[in-house]
Amino acid sequence: MEPTYSSNPDENLQAAEYVEKPESQLKVMWETLRLNKAAVAGLFIIGILALIALTVWLSELMGKQILPYDPNYADMTKSFIKPNAQHWFGTDQLGRDMFSRILDGTKISLFVGVTAVAISLTIGVIFGAIAAYRGGKTDTVIMRLMDMMLAIPSILLAIAFMAALGKGLDKAIIAIGLVSIPEYARIVRGSILSVKENDYVHAAKIMGNKTRRIIYKHILPNVISVIVVRATLGISSAVLDTAALGFLGLGVQPPFAEWGDMLGRARGFIFSAPYTLIFPGIAITITVLAFNLLGDGLRDALDPKSRIK
Amino acid sequence: MLLEVKNLTTEFKLKRGIVKAVDDISFTIDKGEILAIVGESGSGKSVTSLSIMGLLQNPGRVTGGQILYKSQDLNKLSRKEQQKLRGNQISMIFQEPMTSLNPVWRIKDQIMESIMLHMKLSKKEALARTIEMLETVGIPSAAQRANDYPHQMSGGMRQRVMTAMALACEPELLIADEPTTALDVTIQAQILELLYRMREKFHMAVMLITHDLGVVSEAADRVIVMYCGKIMEEADVRSLFNHPLHPYTIGLLKSIPQIDNDSDEPLYMIKGMVPNPLNMPKGCPFSDRCEQSMERCTQEMPQLREIDGHKVRCFLYDAKEGGSGKQ
Amino acid sequence: MSEVLMDIQDLAKHFVVDTNFFGKPVSVLKAVDGVSFSINKGEAFGLVGESGCGKTTLGKILVNLYSPTSGKLFFEGKDLTVLNEGQRRLYCKDIQMIFQDPYASLNPKMTVGDIIAEPILINGLLPKNQVEERVIYLLNCVGLARHQRNRYPHEFSGGQRQRVGIARALAVEPKIIVCDEPVSALDVSIQAQVLNLLGDLKEEFGLTYLFIAHGLNVVKHISDRVGVMYLGKLVEIAPKKELYANPQHPYTQALLSAIPVINPEKKMERIILEGDVPSPINPPAGCRFSSRCFKVQESCKLQEAKLKEVSPGHFVACHLFD
Repeated sequence: MEPTYSSNPDENLQAAEYVEKPESQLKVMWETLRLNKAAVAGLFIIGILALIALTVWLSELMGKQILPYDPNYADMTKSFIKPNAQHWFGTDQLGRDMFSRILDGTKISLFVGVTAVAISLTIGVIFGAIAAYRGGKTDTVIMRLMDMMLAIPSILLAIAFMAALGKGLDKAIIAIGLVSIPEYARIVRGSILSVKENDYVHAAKIMGNKTRRIIYKHILPNVISVIVVRATLGISSAVLDTAALGFLGLGVQPPFAEWGDMLGRARGFIFSAPYTLIFPGIAITITVLAFNLLGDGLRDALDPKSRIK
Repeated sequence: MLLEVKNLTTEFKLKRGIVKAVDDISFTIDKGEILAIVGESGSGKSVTSLSIMGLLQNPGRVTGGQILYKSQDLNKLSRKEQQKLRGNQISMIFQEPMTSLNPVWRIKDQIMESIMLHMKLSKKEALARTIEMLETVGIPSAAQRANDYPHQMSGGMRQRVMTAMALACEPELLIADEPTTALDVTIQAQILELLYRMREKFHMAVMLITHDLGVVSEAADRVIVMYCGKIMEEADVRSLFNHPLHPYTIGLLKSIPQIDNDSDEPLYMIKGMVPNPLNMPKGCPFSDRCEQSMERCTQEMPQLREIDGHKVRCFLYDAKEGGSGKQ
Repeated sequence: MSEVLMDIQDLAKHFVVDTNFFGKPVSVLKAVDGVSFSINKGEAFGLVGESGCGKTTLGKILVNLYSPTSGKLFFEGKDLTVLNEGQRRLYCKDIQMIFQDPYASLNPKMTVGDIIAEPILINGLLPKNQVEERVIYLLNCVGLARHQRNRYPHEFSGGQRQRVGIARALAVEPKIIVCDEPVSALDVSIQAQVLNLLGDLKEEFGLTYLFIAHGLNVVKHISDRVGVMYLGKLVEIAPKKELYANPQHPYTQALLSAIPVINPEKKMERIILEGDVPSPINPPAGCRFSSRCFKVQESCKLQEAKLKEVSPGHFVACHLFD
């Protein structure tokens, strides 16, 4: 319902003593996102994955066995069982249940994906914001540093970080987080540079705002959509990077289940027991796909131009 | 009669409803005449020109009426025939010349392309014609400037190039959509003078779309005032400015700050704002802003009626004629 | 003579367009190049010129969006150009601005109420519990309804957004408001509404305006005195009636005659200027208008003309008056 206005404020005052509830931006976003079937599918898959990861993690904390088998329990007598009713995805070379291991691996992949993105996002946004707002020499120094990092393939850079930091899950997270800082810094800097020239930012300065408040209150909220989209897509590449490091044997150390690590260890059996590779591969693909679908959907939902239609 | 628009209706199908951007309008343009269509944003003046040019974008669509150019219905022609007509016999210039010129092409290439396409000239002849046209629209050292890219020119120069491009094939009808809005006043004067001169030289008709009544008064022979997709008033320029009939036209004329008015009184204001196109008043679209609004105005739509060659859509003039108003 | 609120002395703003390898400027855009005038308390000073003449840059220097390259800016007798950032910020609330584009001047992520409340809060003008009341009062002043305060800018029309922008500027009780083409992006019927509103508010709040516009007709209604700028220089300053009745500078005359008159019977004798406004990066030598002037003399191309008082309060920079 559109209330009608009059240019005479007195009439308006009489007509409407009520206060309208602000239209939530999140609600508008959700309405648009809902129309994009692929994004909804992505969101649905991510929801399931998150549920699995959370259940596995909580049951582990409480010391309960919720998975069909202990994912790390090796029983050489049961190695290379083909998928059947007891072992849905079969067993690996050490006789561990693949289904349990893949569910267990969800936890690690999502955890690494989210935390690595959180690291690169925080540092990247700060760098990008400083570079854009300060400009001049600060800008040059920060952005050239970012360019140097971008010039090296990210997986090589991650391996180099791992070499310096050592093996292990925590180090993998840091390495993956560090290598994608430049992407966020660049994207944030670009959006801030365009938003900064808007008159409402000028108005904020004229009314006496301090620089930090202008950035937090007037600039960042208007570039947040770009950052959210980038972060969602970033999770998918972080998941992929984790798998790559695991495949190279640099990520999570045995016996913990990690999809890339599982792929790496099974690659000798690609012909004799293909199911030991296929299922982790599918798990990685589905996760990456889900985040990509959601990211693309969000990009459309957050773009005011597409919202009009 | 060069162009006759009969009961044209253009609709935009939006998710929240159908907007009739142009609602059952009819008008004609004669050879060599400058017809101005004035209106504020949302009046449908630009949509009218896009409908004639066949440039409507989704979700806009012509849903009714005819556009007759020299008595042939444009919408009944094949795509190819339409294309031949538009661009050759009917040309258009836009408000922002930068967006309608291709930034990676030289000026001369853009003009030559349409000349070669429509006039079937050789490359050499087309180039000569291009330079001749650029000289006609007043671009100094045209032969050299023809090698420039659009971004190397100023706004006024770009609008001249656009005009040269539109006139290159000697169209019989030029549609100018806010040709001076993006320009400075001294440049605006130059471009208006150019349009006037070109009309004399090529005997073409001009459909001038603008929101600026000053431009209308300077340039037009006849004026149509549009509001919310409807024609509210139509008259020759003298009678419109000397004896405006519709309260909307009268209000618009009074609300413009004028250079030869020395009073310090507040400006006349039309109260309120243009209604939401999805939520139009039931009767006359201007009824909610009109000072002379009557009960009847909010209930039924007045018809466009002619009084001594001056058309107006308002119930005030039904009463004066003594007619019942129902037709 | 009334009290001077703002005194602008030889103000200049140069932008470096291009530097050589060592960072030395090789190409400089002189957007504002030595402008002096003063604005009296309670008056509306109209500043007119075509695009690229530096009028908006000048406005932005006044509100501290740009710092001037040289020159002085006195506000109530204090030179604002010598203050550091923190000290200068204390004057922010006295000098406010209304922007041209109502679509870019409001933060799309804030409600209208928050937009108007923000300047009150950050300047600590009122205790928190009184802010809402004040916002409602301000909305009322600019002709908006109180229930609209929880809406976002995209739900408003251009004219209404411009009203919100005006309310935001008023919120800090400024002494002077720089109006940068506040109506040029609005529809004709809305322009009159906003112009009248600005006129009413000036009376009600005892405001002073610097009213920037590209057309002499808009300024005429609201201004007491008018200055005409061309390529970074003031070419003429005069009280309103004097300027319109008796324009002296050839550029002012051309600008006046270029405005289309709304009367088809009265086609004015029009001065159509040749050519375009020259680039401010490389302005003509001597008088900057000499390349387009219809009364140009030899001396115009050699020497710049200084502002001279030709009649009381009427200043012209032209060699015709030497």
